[in-house]
Amino acid sequence: MSEIEPKCPDAQLLSMYERMLLIRRTEERLKADAAAGNLPGGVHLYIGQEAVAVGICSALAESDMITSTHRGHGHFLAKGGDLNQMIAEIWGKRTGICKGMGGSMHVADFSKGILGANGIVGAGFAIATGAAYSAKLSNDHRVAVVFFGDGASNQGVFMETLNISSLWKLPVIFVCEHNGFSEFSPASTVTSGEIADRARAFKIPTTVIDGNDVVAVAEAATAAVRLARSGGGPSFIEAKTYRIQGHFEAESLFLAGSKYREEEEIESWRKRDPIEKLAATLVERGLTDHVGIEGIEARVRDRVTQAVQFAEQSEDADTELAFDLMFEGQKA
Amino acid sequence: MPRQRYLQAITDGLAEEMSRDPKVIIFGEDVEASVMGDTRGLVDKFGRDRIRNTPISEASLTGMAVGAAAAGHRVVLQMLFSNFIYTGFDAIANQMAKLRLMSGGQARMPITVLASYGGGGSIGAQHSDSGYPALMNLGGLNVILPATPADAKGLLKTAIRGNNPSFFLEAIGRGGEMGEVPPGDVTVPFGKASIAREGRDVTIVAIGSMVKFALQAAKELEGRGISAEVVDPRTLVPLDEDSLCSSVQKTGRAVVVDEARDRCSAASHIAAILVDKAFTSLKGPVKRLTVPNVCLPYAPAAERRMIPSAAQIVEACAALVKKT
Repeated sequence: MSEIEPKCPDAQLLSMYERMLLIRRTEERLKADAAAGNLPGGVHLYIGQEAVAVGICSALAESDMITSTHRGHGHFLAKGGDLNQMIAEIWGKRTGICKGMGGSMHVADFSKGILGANGIVGAGFAIATGAAYSAKLSNDHRVAVVFFGDGASNQGVFMETLNISSLWKLPVIFVCEHNGFSEFSPASTVTSGEIADRARAFKIPTTVIDGNDVVAVAEAATAAVRLARSGGGPSFIEAKTYRIQGHFEAESLFLAGSKYREEEEIESWRKRDPIEKLAATLVERGLTDHVGIEGIEARVRDRVTQAVQFAEQSEDADTELAFDLMFEGQKA
Repeated sequence: MPRQRYLQAITDGLAEEMSRDPKVIIFGEDVEASVMGDTRGLVDKFGRDRIRNTPISEASLTGMAVGAAAAGHRVVLQMLFSNFIYTGFDAIANQMAKLRLMSGGQARMPITVLASYGGGGSIGAQHSDSGYPALMNLGGLNVILPATPADAKGLLKTAIRGNNPSFFLEAIGRGGEMGEVPPGDVTVPFGKASIAREGRDVTIVAIGSMVKFALQAAKELEGRGISAEVVDPRTLVPLDEDSLCSSVQKTGRAVVVDEARDRCSAASHIAAILVDKAFTSLKGPVKRLTVPNVCLPYAPAAERRMIPSAAQIVEACAALVKKT
């Protein structure tokens, strides 16, 4: 099936496991803090999709660039974003990565190639394509990854950027995280055909993989990155996964009893948990044991606790800063 | 001082900035052949990497400008008609104008968007809007409307060298107009109005394409014994409020001329500022001459009827002076 040549990154498995667990425990803490009313705005959680962000980013260098989505905490952490600065941002603190001006849906760290989570569904397509054009002109071998969901695949810019990136042989990698939902609409009700076929129409190398298998994701990413760096142009990866949480936390308050999916469906995907799957692989391959797994768990929990403490102890965002940030060197 | 056409001044400005900084790139629809004329010949000089035709995909082009700027290039995006800005508006309004603040100042957006605006050519309402009021309202964009060849070249250089997104709007059909252009590397700062003509009795604030008509009107008014001062803001964002207010404090009267539709126009914004900040100097109401709240019709006479003319400016100024 795969049109992309695979490569297995065995040595990275332990660090990928820790990164995935860090995302999971962070999101669980945000879930609890959202429920407790501790967060200023809404959060869109990545629980269940960790293998996609971590698998893809395992193949990237720090200078490579990504564009992310409204569900962007996982991409931020997978690409090397700082946990303390991300949590402080979500708490609206001046120590946040965006000084409290962006919030959960907009975490970005340009120094690490994280061009930002984004509140506009599908916005990343053109930003990543433009970044890839810049990289190609600079001949610096950087690649750009656009993370997007099945919902975003119905935006017109998807077609436009598939066309331009294929035409200009740009080093951009389209990563579709098919998590089954466009906000509150199941994919089957809003998306026709196979999303991968849309990329194939532009003669872009395409692969469809199990998005809950981090090894499969990393292999696909490695092949796509190699192709992009060698001047071979764009690739498309569709990672089949599932959104365990709702579109955003607190959605049940807004939906007031309306249902758009069944509990059994969520349960069936919980049984395919990407983190448990990787833990089993690690033990099976003798890379760690249960004591090792517990050690990682303790370390990760400690980091999350410390990050929340950092945010709690930080000063609130500087309200006057907004006037300085609209323009460089020019007051708003 | 050497004289040059408006379009040639823009082309020269682009070429000089591309020579000065290898990170300057131009892309957009048909920029190689250049139907607008402003990028003509540049592909032969700088090659297709740096000046490139794109597919007709405005919604992506604006986003690509954001991405290429974020990745280190200095982007000039040619969008042809200001109406096509609407087609690419999402990335303009939601990304270009906002990412600097939203990223806490990390995002640098050296983007210059070129587009032609305005009517008079019978090309219909979808090719003749003066869409800048919408851009002004977004907050994070500079809005530039050069009225002379010298200002076109000097403001373009400032836009390209700056690290903020700037919309450089060219008055359509006026590329052949001549003017003096200082030789060499001369920039014009943003936020500095130009006194196009000094006067005592009434201030005409004229925007972009309307400056020419305002100057014609001022000449006519002189024959009637009325001394009109013509002030050209040159950039609407940032806006030189001080110079506008100073002129009105001197003359006591103001007529604001703008090719945008009246409702929420640049003229209505400027009129509000003058009333707010120069109220005690005003001898009468601040008058606005704008396009009525209609789309520009195709038929030449019907279209002409909607766009402010020199004759209308004369009448508005004369009536204001007479009444007050």
